[in-house]
Amino acid sequence: MSAPLLSVDGLRVGFNTEGGLVQAVDGVSFDLRPGEVLAIVGESGSGKSVTAQTIIGLTRSPNARIEGSVKLDGEELVEASDTALRRLRGERVAMVFQDPMTSFNPVYRIGAQIAEAIQAHRGDVGKAEARARAIALLDSVGIPDAERRARDYPHEFSGGMRQRAMIAMALALEPEVLIADEPTTALDVTIQAQILALLEQLNRERQLATILITHDLGVVAEVADRVLVMYAGRVVEQGTLDEIFYDPQHPYTWGLLGSLTRLDRPRPQRLPQISGAPPSLLELPEGCAFRPRCPHEFSKCPQQPPLEARLTEAPGHCDRCWLDPERKREKRQVAGQIGLEAPAP
Amino acid sequence: MSGGENLLEVTDLVKHFPIKRGILIDREVDQVRAVDGVSFSIPRGQTLGLVGESGSGKSTACRAVLQLIAPTSGSVRFEGEEIAGLSRRRMRPLRQQMQMIFQDPYASLNPRKRIGQIVGDPLRLQGVASGADRRRRVQELLERVGLSAEHYNRFPHEFSGGQRQRIGIARALVLQPKLVVADEPVSALDVSIQAQIVNLLDDLQDEFGLTYLFVAHDIGVVRHISDRIAVMNKGAIVEQGSADEVCERPRDEYTKKLLAAVPVPDPRESRERRQASLGGA
Repeated sequence: MSAPLLSVDGLRVGFNTEGGLVQAVDGVSFDLRPGEVLAIVGESGSGKSVTAQTIIGLTRSPNARIEGSVKLDGEELVEASDTALRRLRGERVAMVFQDPMTSFNPVYRIGAQIAEAIQAHRGDVGKAEARARAIALLDSVGIPDAERRARDYPHEFSGGMRQRAMIAMALALEPEVLIADEPTTALDVTIQAQILALLEQLNRERQLATILITHDLGVVAEVADRVLVMYAGRVVEQGTLDEIFYDPQHPYTWGLLGSLTRLDRPRPQRLPQISGAPPSLLELPEGCAFRPRCPHEFSKCPQQPPLEARLTEAPGHCDRCWLDPERKREKRQVAGQIGLEAPAP
Repeated sequence: MSGGENLLEVTDLVKHFPIKRGILIDREVDQVRAVDGVSFSIPRGQTLGLVGESGSGKSTACRAVLQLIAPTSGSVRFEGEEIAGLSRRRMRPLRQQMQMIFQDPYASLNPRKRIGQIVGDPLRLQGVASGADRRRRVQELLERVGLSAEHYNRFPHEFSGGQRQRIGIARALVLQPKLVVADEPVSALDVSIQAQIVNLLDDLQDEFGLTYLFVAHDIGVVRHISDRIAVMNKGAIVEQGSADEVCERPRDEYTKKLLAAVPVPDPRESRERRQASLGGA
C-alpha cells in the first residue's frame, strides 16, 4: 500500500457557545491514500462537515478549539499559518460544496471565475492562457460546447451543470485531495448518477484522493472504498465498504442500513426505523452516545466504548460497541435483513 | 365516472404560466407549460405517489389540484364535485377537507407563533372549535403525532427537523381532512428520521382513513408508501400503475431511466452494474 497522502489523527474540534463548549468533533482519525475514496457518513450534527472543513482550516475562529493533527504529505496543517493554508486550499486540497446555487458569484461569468482562481494562485499564467485552461476544464467535466458556456452566468446553468462547473473549478489547480460535501444532495437522481460517474472517473484517471461526505448510503455504495460512520461527533464505526455493508458492527450502522427504502427488495409492511433523535451535543448521554436510541443497550453501555478492532479477521474494521461480535451477528438480523429492531416500549 | 369510489378525480389538468415581455404594455410572448394535461384519480383511503425530477411539474400539479393556484383548464373533482374555478369563498369550506404538508419544516412554521397556535389556527380560521375545546383537540393531536401535550406553548425553534415535520402533520390533520397532499414531506429530513415520518403517515392513514397525494423525487420512499404511482416528466404523466408494477416492470423509457439512476445500497450489486455498463460501452 502506498503511503498516506492525508493523515488525520485524534482530531477534536470544539466551539464555545452561549450554552457551553460544543464538542462537534471528538477524536477522528483516518488515513487517505492517492486514488482512494473515503466516505464520511452521518446525520446533521454528527460532525462530518466540521471534520472536512477543519482539514482545510475553514473552522478556524476565536471561538473554535482545534486539537489533534492533520498532516498532508507529512506537513502539519492544524498549526500552519493562515497564509500557508490559503496557498494550500485549491492547490493541494480543494472542496466542492452541496449547494451549487450559492457557490458561484452570480454577477461574474463562469469561465471568468475559474480563470480568476487559476490566476490567483499562478501568477505567471496570463489572462488568455487562464481562460483557455478554464474552457478545457469545463470541457473535461462534461460541459458541452464549453467555449460558449464559459461566457454564461451561473444562473444560466442548470443545477447539475453548476455542480460540474464547481468540480471544474476545484480541479483548476490540480489538487491532490478533493473534499466533496454532499455534492449530489441537491440534485435529481439522473444528474446525481452523472456527477458520481464523473467523480469516479477523476479518481481513476488523476489518482485524486477524495473525501465524500454524505448521508446517503446508496451513494456510498456506488463510489466509496472505505467508510467512516459518525454519530454525535465521534466515529462509531470505520472499515472497508464491504465490511460496513455486509458485516456492520455498530447498531447505529444497522439502523442506517435498515431504514433505507430499497427498490431491489420487496417492500416491507413498515419501514424499520431508528427511534428517537440524535442527542444535543451540549447534553450528551454518558458513555455511548447512541445508547438512548439503542434497543441492545446493556450494563456496560454507560461507559464510553473505545474505537477499536474487535474482529481478528478484519484488523482495519473498528467500532465503538461493547456487544460481543458473535452476538451482534444474531442481533442485527431483523426480518431476514440487517437492521435495528424496534426498542422495547 | 362518478365520485363514489374516487375521492379525487383530476382530468386534463393544465397550468400554463405566461412569459411576458414589454415595458409599458406586457405582451405574452410564450408560455411555460408547467402542467400540460394531467389526469389521475385516487380512490378513497389510498395513496397516489407522484414522482418526477425538479421542474417536472409535480408541485405545480399539487397546487392546482388544491386550487392554491388557478388551473388554466381541466377538471378537478373532489367527492364528485367540480372544484376547478370555484371562487375563494365557495372554496373555503372545502379547504377543511383537503390539507397540505410541506417540504421544509424550517420554513413552513411561523417562528413567532407557539405550537398550539400553529396547529390550532386552522380550527380558529374555519370556526370549528375555540377555547378549551380547541386546546384539547390540539393537545390530543400533538400526542398522536408523537409529540407531547406540554409542547403546546413552545416555539418552533425549540424543535428538531423531524419534530417540526410532526407539527406540520398535526396542523394538516387538525381539521380532520379527507385528502392530504404531501409535497416532499421527508426529503429535508435526516435518514433515521425519514423512516419515522413515513411510518407515522402510514399509521395516520389507517387510523383516520386518509387519502394521500404523496409527491417526492425519492422513488424508494414513494414506492413504500403508495398504492399507485404516477411518473411525471415535462408537465405530463408518462406512466401510471401499481407501485410494484411501475418499479419492477416499468414500461416507459423515462421511468426506466429514472429507476436506473437510483443508487443501490449494495456494493456488490453496484460493482456488477458498473462492470455491465463499462462492458456495454
